[in-house]
Amino acid sequence: MIAIAARSTLRHGRSSFTLDIDFASEASRLVLFGASGSGKTLTLQMIAGLARPDSGRIVLDDSVLFDSTSGIDLPPQQRGVGYLFQQYALFPHMSLRENLAFALRSRYGLVASLSDFFAEKTRCFPEVNAVMERLEIAYLADRLPNQLSGGQKQRAALARALLTKPRVLLLDEPFAALDPLLRIRMRRSMDDFLKECGIPLIMITHDPEDVDMFADDLALYSRGRILRMERDFHNRRLFAQDTLSCLADLAEAEDDHARPHGFDDV
Amino acid sequence: MLQEISLFPVLLSLKVASFSTLAALVLGVGAARLLARKRSAASSVLDVLCTLPMVLPPTVLGYYLILLFGRSGLLGPAMQSMGLQLMFSWQGAVTAATVVIFPLVYRSARAALEQVDVSLEQAARTLGAPEWKVFFYVTLPLASRSILSGAMLAFARGMGEFGATLMIAGNIPGKTKTLALAIYDAFQAGNDELASMLVLVTSAICATILVAAERLLGRRHA
Repeated sequence: MIAIAARSTLRHGRSSFTLDIDFASEASRLVLFGASGSGKTLTLQMIAGLARPDSGRIVLDDSVLFDSTSGIDLPPQQRGVGYLFQQYALFPHMSLRENLAFALRSRYGLVASLSDFFAEKTRCFPEVNAVMERLEIAYLADRLPNQLSGGQKQRAALARALLTKPRVLLLDEPFAALDPLLRIRMRRSMDDFLKECGIPLIMITHDPEDVDMFADDLALYSRGRILRMERDFHNRRLFAQDTLSCLADLAEAEDDHARPHGFDDV
Repeated sequence: MLQEISLFPVLLSLKVASFSTLAALVLGVGAARLLARKRSAASSVLDVLCTLPMVLPPTVLGYYLILLFGRSGLLGPAMQSMGLQLMFSWQGAVTAATVVIFPLVYRSARAALEQVDVSLEQAARTLGAPEWKVFFYVTLPLASRSILSGAMLAFARGMGEFGATLMIAGNIPGKTKTLALAIYDAFQAGNDELASMLVLVTSAICATILVAAERLLGRRHA
């Protein structure tokens, strides 16, 4: 499904962070697992076209998204990739319905946008209503994002990302912002929903429970590199506790001194 | 005494401030969009250039404008052939005020645009929105309140523009004599009553605008 080779060095004052990864996965569910600051989000942003590697090549299915040697760098608008942001990134000035409709309107040209602007604001798209019904957020359609709970926001952001019919869904720590009880429920219902949609996904997380639930293939990140690539992980069903202790070993071997580079959000 | 007071300077100042605020809004927000979140050497130079009118004496700005738009200036002859005469006209006063208040709009717009959460713009991009749409549908609406309050400060400043206006548009009664110029004239002529009247009017207008701008910003923080 995805093949990525990328090198990138970020500088921040006198410290720097280098990402150097090279892996491929044919699994329909790939989980990138590692401590924060190990380069997982940066990888996701590179796939989506939101960050640019210094050099490398990114191939999704059969299409080349980025290739530094032949100068290919598709803009995020043309990558056909859905992105679920950690803090959901719902537009705070639009109602839930408008947020979802933006996904369909975004491709309108100038003329269509202007005629849309002067048309009725409440114009409905059947697709928007359908996905709101499916995710049980239809009754919240006219609320603003700050009037929604964490779980509702997440479902709204998920619905919005899927409306563009992406080839792959990228999820950045999808459950990290939820409280623990809700997290268990949302994890299960998202698993069901995404299976039903049949959409391939790449998820990053530092929660072993997410690995148990979602990982077909698993990439272990540490300090900007892939420490290990595990295939067919779900068949082995490594439990969360094992993952944790395994992680602790890895951390001891790899990260025995404090992270020097000071990047928390890569 | 009341008959002596012509409303013309007040209306002219309002007109000049309105037009120059509109022009500074378009130019200032445009420049802010180009330079926001850029950290290159070229953008730092442009940033200094955009801020310079705030610290330069208005007479210096007026001089630069004369070099540009004067009868023998760089662009003057070309503009004259198109029927545009900036020197000694109200349009000249608008030009002068626009340059003086431009940094106020530019700086508040740049700060406001940079405050918008990057992930919202990135989300719009991954949803397929082209850059112009990201800007007009996401970034600008979220920054609009701060930009508007910056524009109101600019309007208030434009109401009282004196130095650059005097050099470009002169001080022609009934044509380019704005409030600030009328006050200076009245004071010079020893007409203290008229001067203090105009001073009060100007203060009241500017204070009203400042209160409104403060309200506008205050609501966001509430």
